Amino acid sequence: MQTLDSIRPPGSIVIDIENLTKDYVMGEEIVRALRGVSLQIRRNEYLAIMGPSGSGKSTLMNMLGCLDTPTSGRYEFNGKHVAKMNDDELAAIRNREIGFVFQTFNLLPRSDSLRNVELPLIYAGLDPETREERATQALRDVGLGDRLHHKPNELSGGQRQRVAIARALVNQPSIILADEPTGNLDSKTGAEIMSILETLYEHGHTIILVTHESDIARHARRTVHLRDGLIESDEFVQPGEVPSLAYT
Amino acid sequence: MKRLIYELGESWKIAAAQMRASKTRSILTALGVIIGIVAVTLMGTAINGIQTGFDKSMSVLGDDVLYVTQWPWKRVDDWWNYRDRKKIKTEYAETINRMIEKAPNSNLVVAVPTSSLMRSIKYGGNEVENVFTLGTTSDFIITSTVDCKEGRFFNEIESRGAANVVVIGYDVADALFPSESPINKSVLINGQLFKVIGVNTRQGTFLGLFSWDSMVAMPLTAFNKYFSTKSESDVRVKLKDKTKLADAKDELTGLMRRVRGLPPEKKDDFTINEQQAFKSTLDPVKNTIAFAGLFITGLSLFVGAIGIMNITFVSVKERTKEIGTRKALGARRRTILLQFLIESTALCLVGGFIGLSFAFLMCSGLGKAFPDFPIHFSVGLVLMSMIVSVMTGLISGFAPAWTASRLDPVTALRYE
Ligand SMILES: Nc1ncnc2c1ncn2[C@@H]1O[C@H](COP(=O)(O)OP(=O)(O)OP(=O)(O)O)[C@@H](O)[C@H]1O
Ligand SMILES: [Mg+2]
Repeated sequence: MQTLDSIRPPGSIVIDIENLTKDYVMGEEIVRALRGVSLQIRRNEYLAIMGPSGSGKSTLMNMLGCLDTPTSGRYEFNGKHVAKMNDDELAAIRNREIGFVFQTFNLLPRSDSLRNVELPLIYAGLDPETREERATQALRDVGLGDRLHHKPNELSGGQRQRVAIARALVNQPSIILADEPTGNLDSKTGAEIMSILETLYEHGHTIILVTHESDIARHARRTVHLRDGLIESDEFVQPGEVPSLAYT
Repeated sequence: MKRLIYELGESWKIAAAQMRASKTRSILTALGVIIGIVAVTLMGTAINGIQTGFDKSMSVLGDDVLYVTQWPWKRVDDWWNYRDRKKIKTEYAETINRMIEKAPNSNLVVAVPTSSLMRSIKYGGNEVENVFTLGTTSDFIITSTVDCKEGRFFNEIESRGAANVVVIGYDVADALFPSESPINKSVLINGQLFKVIGVNTRQGTFLGLFSWDSMVAMPLTAFNKYFSTKSESDVRVKLKDKTKLADAKDELTGLMRRVRGLPPEKKDDFTINEQQAFKSTLDPVKNTIAFAGLFITGLSLFVGAIGIMNITFVSVKERTKEIGTRKALGARRRTILLQFLIESTALCLVGGFIGLSFAFLMCSGLGKAFPDFPIHFSVGLVLMSMIVSVMTGLISGFAPAWTASRLDPVTALRYE
């Protein structure tokens, strides 16, 4: 186990949560998905959240992504209290500061790659020319420069996830949140996706990853283990041997 | 504001793409609106037509003419008060004219007597029965809005000299003289020969209302000579300035009271009518027709609107995950609300446009089939139906769009 400093110079704190809880009320029963989680994440960290099914990984991820509000606890994003934000401010944070990558890709089925990647830029209010330019660039960055006008059903699973990554990147967010990004892919395509994330990390992006698989988690520099809504362990690790695959 | 326009523009693009992607469904849904708009527009056109027809028929009466009659031009509940009134005599016109001449600031121009009866008219083998036969003076044309298509109205000499001349309406001329000019031909009325000196311009008949086309006019002197029996007589008086109608009416009332020799404590034993009063007795009928018609056709539009609401709800349900994704990517509530509102409005607008085109075609067809019925497809109507379509879209889309905008992002993303 090593300290963060030995890997990279520390960035400023992006995410700062303390004693975060989340309860789901299901009729009589209360499901305590998170039971007091404290975590600090700095700029340009590469963090994997692991844990058994139902341990609260996705719940924590949604909380970090400002998609959901905690039952109690403090959450500061870039020094601002998330609890005090209204719906529009949360939408703005999700739009500009956070890039989501979902297990099921969540691309709009009837729109082509370009249009899908443009979406966050539309919500940011950019004009059509800038949008197209930046979306095209983002797609090139993930190696899909020749698939701009393909609809999701004309792409392979790995290509779809790359479109989703381009979409997450296009607004230059502070952090990228990926909930089991390789969960629906075979191991080879999964490795491709992981090498893209690796490159993003090397270019200075902050990446938070949820995964079951320790093979995948090995790419990260820090691993947080959740169990029953609590942090079981939080350790910095040396990355395993990551072959530096070129994107294609 | 700029932001809103930007979002509106983007939402239009999404709506257009959505419609293109599910063509069949969009067309079927829009069908309800199409039918509704066709119904409402046709009904609107019909109501307009009725209005125009009434106005045109009323214009025969002239808006600057007062009518002195025994019975008022409206329904009366106390008919017994009017039954015993003295008849209006044609001689009153002369007396009133003399009074008008003496009054320097009179609001009145001239009084014209009219008597009428229903009579049959024959020419050769052709006969028209029950023709409204009018006896009047040459001054009649001052009070009338109708021109002669051929020939002329009778002049003062003929009027005073009881000449056997008639001016006939368009339909009468058409029936008696199908293939020749009626001018200078002699027609038989009540066994008397009358020379036709004029034919009136076609006016058109509307819903059986009074029309010039089916009447004839002759000098009052001749009329009295041959048909003295039981004719109805009125006096019509032309105004100088139709904006001073009330003043003129007061003046004429004064004159008529002097003619009748009424002491101040007695009530008027005559009625002075004008076009407007007659119109207002018809207005309730017209308004009831208009209201009932629009209400019934409005119902079909309402059904169309429910169809739109339903499909928008389905669309929101189907795209729950998409809504979640959009929210995760930074869509605000307002953006989602706008997107679905515009989708339903776009559907309604397309439906409205198609419906309007159909209605236009049908109106042209109807116009050809019934030339007498005044059908007008006005710009106002087009605007109105477009506004109605947009309103339908907004109202029917609002509930589903609101639901969509309020969806919790996490719940929406988890939706399968
Ligand atoms: N909307 C909800 N309503 C009720 N309970 C919920 C809801 N969302 C999550 N839970 C519960 O919260 C707990 C944590 O769920 P979560 O989805 O965070 O697990 P996870 O760690 O992501 O699991 P997996 O690895 O299977 O994705 C589970 O017990 C789940 O049943
Ligand atoms: Mg999960």
